Amino acid sequence: MGKVTSRIRVSGDDGITRVEFVDRNILDEANIQLISDELMKLVEADTRPKLLLSFKGVEHLSSAALGTLIHVHKRLEQRNGQLRLSDINAQIFEVFKITKLNKLFQVHDTADQALKSFT
Amino acid sequence: MSGSTAKPFTRSAVLSRREDIDPIQEEIEAELARREYPEQGRFAVRLAIEEAAVNAFRHGNRNEPGKTVSVRATIDGREAVFEVEDQGEGFDPACVPDPTLEENIEIPSGRGIMLIKAYMTDVRYLPPGNIIRMVYQHPLPR
Repeated sequence: MGKVTSRIRVSGDDGITRVEFVDRNILDEANIQLISDELMKLVEADTRPKLLLSFKGVEHLSSAALGTLIHVHKRLEQRNGQLRLSDINAQIFEVFKITKLNKLFQVHDTADQALKSFT
Repeated sequence: MSGSTAKPFTRSAVLSRREDIDPIQEEIEAELARREYPEQGRFAVRLAIEEAAVNAFRHGNRNEPGKTVSVRATIDGREAVFEVEDQGEGFDPACVPDPTLEENIEIPSGRGIMLIKAYMTDVRYLPPGNIIRMVYQHPLPR
């Protein structure tokens, strides 16, 4: 029987939850569903959640993964939370630009810059 | 380095599950690298094949068990051509709403085809609409 392993690394105890991804490629639907479930739990855990997703080390991202980010973004808005993305490599950022999602999300070059942008 | 690049590389496979595409993606990526396709092109091809395979299983075959997806690849020094065929009835890509419009931007799905079209040199659906044919041209054909 396969063991379900977390696909994200979570840290931060200052009111901002930092998330990094375990996988270089976020493509597989089962993994994306797992990531979605884990992110949603983080969103539901706080009253005004602040979430920083760092894409350091991530090389590929599918449209299904973008769908999960949109889902998380919407839920955070409903809960008066904030979402920041950082460390997105140039090729993946191009995916955000093509889909115009760079306008929906607040994207920062580095995690430090993203942390400073929370209000 | 092994193998000649004079002959085109061809590969075909029948997939039962989306995950079956992963080892084929590795083979294709290695072949593209061997033929000196740029990193940007290898990224484009991987993304396009992934999106096409997911669409084929989810929308074409409607995730019905027993239905398969066929993948065919031909790579030479000029271009890389991929066909992904599902067992559905086919569809009209013009019916997919533009996900970049303001009213659609928060809809979580519908971006796969757009990405394929943005990254590949030529994309077309072959009748009856259940085969997507995607071409990536080598920027420095040889």
